[in-house]
Amino acid sequence: MSLLELKNVSKIYGSLHALDHVNLTVEKGEWLAIMGPSGSGKSTMMNIIGALDKATEGEILLDGEDISKKNARALTDIRRDKIGLIFQQFHLVSYLTAVENVMLAQYYHSVPDEKEALEALERVGLSDRAHHYPSQLSGGEQQRVCVARALINYPEIILADEPTGNLDEANEEIVVELFRKLHLEGTTLVVVTHNPEVAEVAQRTVVLRNGRVDREMINENFTGKIKHITLQ
Amino acid sequence: MKKRKMYIRMIMASLLRRRSRMIIALLAISIGAMILSGLVTIYYDVPRQMGQQFRSYGANMILTSEGDSITQEQVEATKKLIPDDKLVGVAAYRYQTVRINDRPVMAAAADLEQVRKTSPFWLVEGEWPSKEGELMAGKNIARTYNLKAGKRTTCTFAPEAETEAQPGETEEILPDNWADFTVSGILDTGGKEEDYVYMLIPDMEKLTGMPTEYDVCELSVSANSAELSQIAEQIDQQVEGVTARLVKRVTESEDTVLTKLQSLVLLVTIVVLALTMICVATTMTAVVAERRREIGLRKALGASNGSIIAEFMGEGVVLGAFGGLLGAILGFAFAQVVSRNVFNSSIRLMPWLIPVTILASVVVTGIACLIPIRSATQVDPALVLKGE
Repeated sequence: MSLLELKNVSKIYGSLHALDHVNLTVEKGEWLAIMGPSGSGKSTMMNIIGALDKATEGEILLDGEDISKKNARALTDIRRDKIGLIFQQFHLVSYLTAVENVMLAQYYHSVPDEKEALEALERVGLSDRAHHYPSQLSGGEQQRVCVARALINYPEIILADEPTGNLDEANEEIVVELFRKLHLEGTTLVVVTHNPEVAEVAQRTVVLRNGRVDREMINENFTGKIKHITLQ
Repeated sequence: MKKRKMYIRMIMASLLRRRSRMIIALLAISIGAMILSGLVTIYYDVPRQMGQQFRSYGANMILTSEGDSITQEQVEATKKLIPDDKLVGVAAYRYQTVRINDRPVMAAAADLEQVRKTSPFWLVEGEWPSKEGELMAGKNIARTYNLKAGKRTTCTFAPEAETEAQPGETEEILPDNWADFTVSGILDTGGKEEDYVYMLIPDMEKLTGMPTEYDVCELSVSANSAELSQIAEQIDQQVEGVTARLVKRVTESEDTVLTKLQSLVLLVTIVVLALTMICVATTMTAVVAERRREIGLRKALGASNGSIIAEFMGEGVVLGAFGGLLGAILGFAFAQVVSRNVFNSSIRLMPWLIPVTILASVVVTGIACLIPIRSATQVDPALVLKGE
């Protein structure tokens, strides 16, 4: 059984079909990249998969459960229990330290555990920055805090929306490397990206265009390691 | 870590690490609480303060004898029925006709220290009599007999003067029925008091050769008309031979002014409460508006509406409590300044007002937070995280 399955999912805003009868499956432990030009429906799909928004029509099966008809409260429970979110703009709470930001996800999920939160930060290489505020961290460090926050509750799936969009090359590599480690540990990853280099390291890439799946590509030489193209 | 500990940690972090916004909110609350606490203090202290002010308009209770005169024992028994903190002064008078320059004059003898308390509005040119041998002349008497402060005069006690001498008879004045006095001051009241001379009781005893009994006793009591009526009733019941009656002109005026003043203070208090609520609601609305993205993030992480409400309400309650405490302290200072400037006296601290102010402040802040918090729960995480 697939971990995630979208069946004929559409999202319509007035006359605009942001998603138009999309079918997609994501297997447990898979690393999927979603690409496409601006306005292709990537973020809309991300919001629907992430239980942040509801589809106009179609079915979304997450771990066998149809979440498309769930009400707002049930969607909140799903986000809390099954999904880890990573955003392009990091979205950390400015007045909480790195470790407190990680504990925030624990707080809503179950019980905050500072030791566990510190271990999560150690996994992303930030144990020495645990008590720093977001304003005291670089963009790459902030994104690593987001990764730690996303994985702290052992979600079924981690959704990353342009996770390297605001990072320099070095930090991009660090974040992709973190994804590779998570993938090796069996975490399911769905990464929305504009960046072909980030998409190429995934096992599979889905390209959206005008709200539809335009094509799918399987990475035959999947290593999970980023290869930068040097422009002449 | 317990959830509650994290909850407190988040709230305190939000309040302490976002100081500038929170200081504005805290100021709004504490100023409201200060005015509330100050006005309530004044509201409750006004009767005491005004009571003292009204005492400057003269006695508000008169004691008269059911027989010929009032004894010192009856005066003392009456004083015991009035609480010390309410009794401003007790002036018992004995009136006697004496003669100055061979013409009859009404003399009043009393403990003049007490008269100063019961009739503080009396204006004296010169000094009040402070020792035996001094008298104070009413302005009309002084004009008639050309008396001035520092001048000496002789008073004679002539009971016969009350009845006209028959033709062919001569008035008999005993040698011990006269006394020399120094005029210490001239009394100016604009009333009938200017037709009297005032002396100390020992002087009157010496002049008349009779033990002192009083014709009337004036009391100045700091109490409202209901309390005064109760005291008068007690005097009538427990002190034999005297009747206490209220000076209605004074007591009714006091009640009217007090009721109007307290109503005004109450109205201002309600207006201040409403303004505080609007001010806090505005500030909290601004807080919610600038934290929409954070609220969206929390919701994206799985925060329920209940959690969002609890977090914002928690911040509101802490702000309300601190603002209330600060306001209660500042409110007492505010009431003290008002009292000193308006009533020229200090105000008493009412300890119960501190928890009441804090509670009121928390409730007002809580109510003021309801609308902003409701808007916080309606934040769509998908939109705000996209920056819309």
